Amino acid sequence: MSTSIEPASSETSAKRGLAAPRPGLSLVAGRSIKRGVLAVILPVAVIAIWQVAGQGGSLFGGVLPTPDRVWKAWVVWAFGPSGGFNAYSGTWFSNLLFSAERVSKGFLCAIVIGVPAGIAIGWNRVAAGALDPTIQLLRPIPITAWLPFSIAIFGIHDVGAIFLISLGAFYPIVVNTAQGARDVERNLIRAALMMGASRWTVLRRVVLPASLPSIFTGLRIGLGIAWTAVIVAEMVAVKSGLGYVLWDAYYVGRMDVVIADMVSIGLLGFLSDYIIVQIERWVLTWRRLQSFQA
Amino acid sequence: MSTITFDHVSKVYSGQKTVHALDNVSLTINDGEFVALLGPSGCGKSTLLNLLAGFETVSSGTLLFDGKTVTRPGPDRGVVFQEAALFPWLSVWENVIFGPRVQGLPRADYEERARKLLKVVGLEAFADALPVQLSGGMRQRVGIARVLTMNPRALLMDEPFGALDAQTRLSMQQLLLDVWQSLGTTVLFVTHDIDEAILLSDRVCVMSARPGRIARTIPIGLARPRSIASLTGADFTAYKAEIMADIKVAEHH
Repeated sequence: MSTSIEPASSETSAKRGLAAPRPGLSLVAGRSIKRGVLAVILPVAVIAIWQVAGQGGSLFGGVLPTPDRVWKAWVVWAFGPSGGFNAYSGTWFSNLLFSAERVSKGFLCAIVIGVPAGIAIGWNRVAAGALDPTIQLLRPIPITAWLPFSIAIFGIHDVGAIFLISLGAFYPIVVNTAQGARDVERNLIRAALMMGASRWTVLRRVVLPASLPSIFTGLRIGLGIAWTAVIVAEMVAVKSGLGYVLWDAYYVGRMDVVIADMVSIGLLGFLSDYIIVQIERWVLTWRRLQSFQA
Repeated sequence: MSTITFDHVSKVYSGQKTVHALDNVSLTINDGEFVALLGPSGCGKSTLLNLLAGFETVSSGTLLFDGKTVTRPGPDRGVVFQEAALFPWLSVWENVIFGPRVQGLPRADYEERARKLLKVVGLEAFADALPVQLSGGMRQRVGIARVLTMNPRALLMDEPFGALDAQTRLSMQQLLLDVWQSLGTTVLFVTHDIDEAILLSDRVCVMSARPGRIARTIPIGLARPRSIASLTGADFTAYKAEIMADIKVAEHH
């Protein structure tokens, strides 16, 4: 075989592109510090104004506690001794774990059912015809409307909460996955068939990876809904977790705990989304390079 | 011996408006022959290739490959697509060995060959790169190496160099000439570029549009081995003039 092939002129530039010089480390660090400063200005200002406005101790006729009180309540809630007069003392972490565990279980169920169902709907006309109409009919029913149903069927148990979480996260996962599977470039499928791949291999090695960007979009939206669902479920259908504490503290007039609880939920939701984004970045390196160069 | 036989093949797309993409096309391609299908867009040349690839089915007539009716795609007919159609999540190397791997062949059967082909197309240094990190010409080289790894009986190339810049196209044409001269695979090459059709092929089939037909077949007698230097010869120019006249006729048809 002849190997005397003139390399295309574009080859050298692409080669250079592979080893593109990175901006200096100090520059990158400087930029991220700047971004961090910019991001905290607003929340810090809000907290400061809130604190100053409520100097007497609380706002709205004594209903809304100031940030320092919320902080103190959280410290007791998180690190205080348990078993005293304060029912919340020292229970923060265990309640957080209850909620996180329910979200994990429910979200996992939603993935295990939603991704294969979505791939089937996007890839197979029979599956689409059999599943999609039912899903689209059930989807407008908000998970909050499922609460009485869930309690009636499952009682005041974890299963009920997990059911609501899975249901809520299932819809965005299945819809986005189906969209991704439908949009796979025709020539990629043809190429795989041409190289001798069976339909099952095409599904596994082409349709699934090509759908991953859409699947991750569905996962992120689904996870947000999962957090909403767990709080709603815990407020009504179980007796533990951040949602339960939220409602309970409201009833006994502990607004400091309510606000500390809200912040905790927000931080957990943020953290779990961050984890998904990091996994996405790792799994979809090819995609990131693509959009970066586009 | 003939590898490919189109016998009175027609392809009709029925929809709101019925389109006769191919009308009564007969074409025989012999073992090891390089045939170009030349014509404007919409003349059905890609349809012809897609039928042979098994991506679409004939409406009437018979289509034989190696004496058997074509029913579906398979690794005996390696298709090179216009936009390469590489899997963007796989490295160059994983793309090149995709065929034998999904066929479940043992590694020892194909790795050596795949490595050699990657060298032939000049991409051995890019085995770990992702397709997105390559230029258009390099991606197309991967597309060629990928089908050659399967050792196909025929290469079906659908305007493979159509999206490349002029200079890259020339180097790709040279590459294809070199590879074809050493492997001797049967090639069906779809193009709208007259120069390309003459330079590469043994026979140019000029197609006319609506309905898609082979208007004329012109054997190209340029001496082999050819190179892109052949593009400036007097006999080359004569073929070009002949084909251009034919295209005019086909247009007014």
